[in-house]
Amino acid sequence: MSAIEPPAQRVWWKQPLDRVEGTWIVIAFAWCMVMFFMMPYWHVYGKQNLSNEAYRSSPEAFLAKAQAMVDKHTVRTVTEQNIPVVHPVPGADVYLVARLWQWWPVLELEEGQTYRLHIMSTDWLHGFSLQPENINIQVHPGYEHVVTLTPTKEGTYSIICNEYCGINHHTMASKLYVVKPKKS
Amino acid sequence: MAVNRNFRTCPSTGLVYHEPAEKLIRWNAVAGVVSLLVGGVLALLVTLTRWPAVKLLPPDWFYLVLTAHGLDMLVFWIIFFEIAVLYFAASTLLKCRLATPKVAWVAFWLMIVGAITNNIAVFKGDSSVMFTSYVPMGAHPLFYLGFILFAVGALVACFVFFGTLVVGKAEKTYNGSIPLVTFGAVTAAIIAVFTIAAGAIILIPTFLWSVGLVSHIDSLMYRTVWWAFGHSSQQINVAAHVSVWYAIAAIVFGAKPMSEKVSRGAFVLYILFLQLASAHHLLADPGLTSNWKIFNTSYAMYLAVLASMVHGLTVPGAIEVAQRGKGFNKGLFEWLRKAPWGNPCFSGMFMSLVGFGFLGGISGVMMGTEQLNLIIHNTIYVPGHFHATVVVGTTLAFMALTYFLIPTLFRRELMFPGMAKWQTYVYGLGMMGFSVFMMGAGTLGVPRRHWDMAFSGAALPHEFPGAAYLMMGLMAVSGVLATVGGAMYLVNTVGSVFFGKKIVTPDFKRVPVREGMAPARPPEPAVAPAGHGAIGAGGFVAPGTFVLAMVFLTSFVLYYFVNWKYLSTVWPLK
Ligand code: HEM
Ligand SMILES: [Cu+2]
Ligand SMILES: [Cu+2]
Repeated sequence: MSAIEPPAQRVWWKQPLDRVEGTWIVIAFAWCMVMFFMMPYWHVYGKQNLSNEAYRSSPEAFLAKAQAMVDKHTVRTVTEQNIPVVHPVPGADVYLVARLWQWWPVLELEEGQTYRLHIMSTDWLHGFSLQPENINIQVHPGYEHVVTLTPTKEGTYSIICNEYCGINHHTMASKLYVVKPKKS
Repeated sequence: MAVNRNFRTCPSTGLVYHEPAEKLIRWNAVAGVVSLLVGGVLALLVTLTRWPAVKLLPPDWFYLVLTAHGLDMLVFWIIFFEIAVLYFAASTLLKCRLATPKVAWVAFWLMIVGAITNNIAVFKGDSSVMFTSYVPMGAHPLFYLGFILFAVGALVACFVFFGTLVVGKAEKTYNGSIPLVTFGAVTAAIIAVFTIAAGAIILIPTFLWSVGLVSHIDSLMYRTVWWAFGHSSQQINVAAHVSVWYAIAAIVFGAKPMSEKVSRGAFVLYILFLQLASAHHLLADPGLTSNWKIFNTSYAMYLAVLASMVHGLTVPGAIEVAQRGKGFNKGLFEWLRKAPWGNPCFSGMFMSLVGFGFLGGISGVMMGTEQLNLIIHNTIYVPGHFHATVVVGTTLAFMALTYFLIPTLFRRELMFPGMAKWQTYVYGLGMMGFSVFMMGAGTLGVPRRHWDMAFSGAALPHEFPGAAYLMMGLMAVSGVLATVGGAMYLVNTVGSVFFGKKIVTPDFKRVPVREGMAPARPPEPAVAPAGHGAIGAGGFVAPGTFVLAMVFLTSFVLYYFVNWKYLSTVWPLK
């Protein structure tokens, strides 16, 4: 009779579909297809797609590249720890190291310019979370992820860590400055 | 060796219990409820710490307690209770003896030892790695060992379940096909076997790594395989709580599935389309291609989502048909208005259904979309989503079922029936609010698993807007309310099971049964099976349900595209 007993009709699979069920299945399936096609559609027409570009790397190699950028493009330092603020050339490759419990260095980018941002962790997993834009990317050790991004508006943004990375996880926060392009 | 074939028939429900099975169902359910108790105390501590105005615990304790809360709830409470449901669906519903009760006890004790070992590891303080234990952050070896023992126990229990199905078939304890609820339980158990296999593939090497026998585990590989385990296990929960919905619809209303074909087909879709859908946990990870992500997050068609949307229609549809059959046939919603809203079994199940669909389902599919995940990943939106699925959905459904089990399985009267009436509302509504506010805070960027949204001690702190603090405060208030609802459940169930008034049945005895229990089946009706006849409106047997389904779909579509709109405003990336 009911759902907790064997079906009353032995040949239950021959019972015709109720119209309400049939209609709903068709509608729901159509909606599922729409949702599927939105993803490829956005790759073609949308502007926010996470990059597929990633390389295997080692902490030493990645730190060396970041250090080279810092040596060349540091414009000032911030905080008592003298964290370098780097103002790279628009369009350049930019490196951001995630490590316990710091984002290094601080970046200063120009509005409307496009950068190739390389992010990697040198120890555990971290989470790149750009606030208040709320762009969130997982950061792995050993995978150098290259994200091409374009800041659209000048201002002071924060990068916080949103993958649990130990006891001082909540102190792993940094800034990202976006400034108007320098008139040259 | 003699096989115990002693059965008793429950005088109030007519259900038939095999003596050893009955004991196992009870003990597994009790172990589950004890885990829920521990997890619930921890939930309160976590909530009070995430309440910006209270901030109860220091960070080391917060992460420890959060790790234990995740494990005790998501793993131990849910799975112990699910094993009880599996035994019930096989032995009781098929009127069949449980295969190898001794082995089932071995499974039970393995699970107990595993759960305790794992908790010891966490409370020692050197395993605050969250239940996901992502490498390269390492826990004490006992952490993994406990987890593995528990999983082995659960696997053995699944095989006892399958064995019982074989016994039922061989001893002809039922006629025709297995009941729909048992079919749903089979779905859950099949998925469980896949799940535990994936769990073994990742947790055993990680255990060896923790004792120094394996030198390196790749973090991306870990996340990929771990989620093949972690996500499929959520599919067990869905299959289990959908089965419980059908069971409660049958118990409370005598509801018959609208069509066995559709409901069973939807369960099969779960098996076919969700096994490896770990992809939606990896949408923000480097090193995987978009093609891989898009394909695996949806299998091109989202058929598992379709399956849940089908159950979401057929369960209330079955209730509507049953109610209309009883004469509540006026208008679109008389059947729903006249439903027994004071029966916690029904109210809990119905809130579970609505909350799972509207809050858990819509948010889950939204954030499981490749690009949309970018604005959600690892924010507190994520726990908002899964408290709607696994707490409002699974836990509330299991709570509702408990109110049915206490009299029939434990033979005790409910100690506080008046409190039971309110409990499902306090818990359900509290949890729905909690989930919604978490999602709100997540939309504003608040991270999950985070001790201090004010970043005290950070050199360059971020300042969240006031609205984010407000959301977190409201979240905590609703969370406390839900904890009260949880406590009401625990007091009532524990009280009733141990101290409730015994329901005595005159001349109660267990009857040994040699061969099958099922009475001979009435002859088949001569006519071919037909539809439901002349109830409902416009050719629809369940027009009210259909309207509700359309409301659901409209909310889904709107919410989905609002998020695309929002995504289109963030910085371009590629
Ligand atoms: C009154 C009930 C409950 C309350 C108030 C509650 C509260 C919370 C809170 C505040 C968090 C922390 C979120 C964060 O900071 O990331 C959390 C995490 C979690 N909860 Fe609950 N919870 C409750 C019940 C449950 C139940 C019944 C389950 C499972 C069936 C569950 C599973 C989880 C899981 C898996 C996590 C994630 C842990 C992690 O991120 O590692 N909760 N809960
Ligand atoms: Cu971090
Ligand atoms: Cu972190």
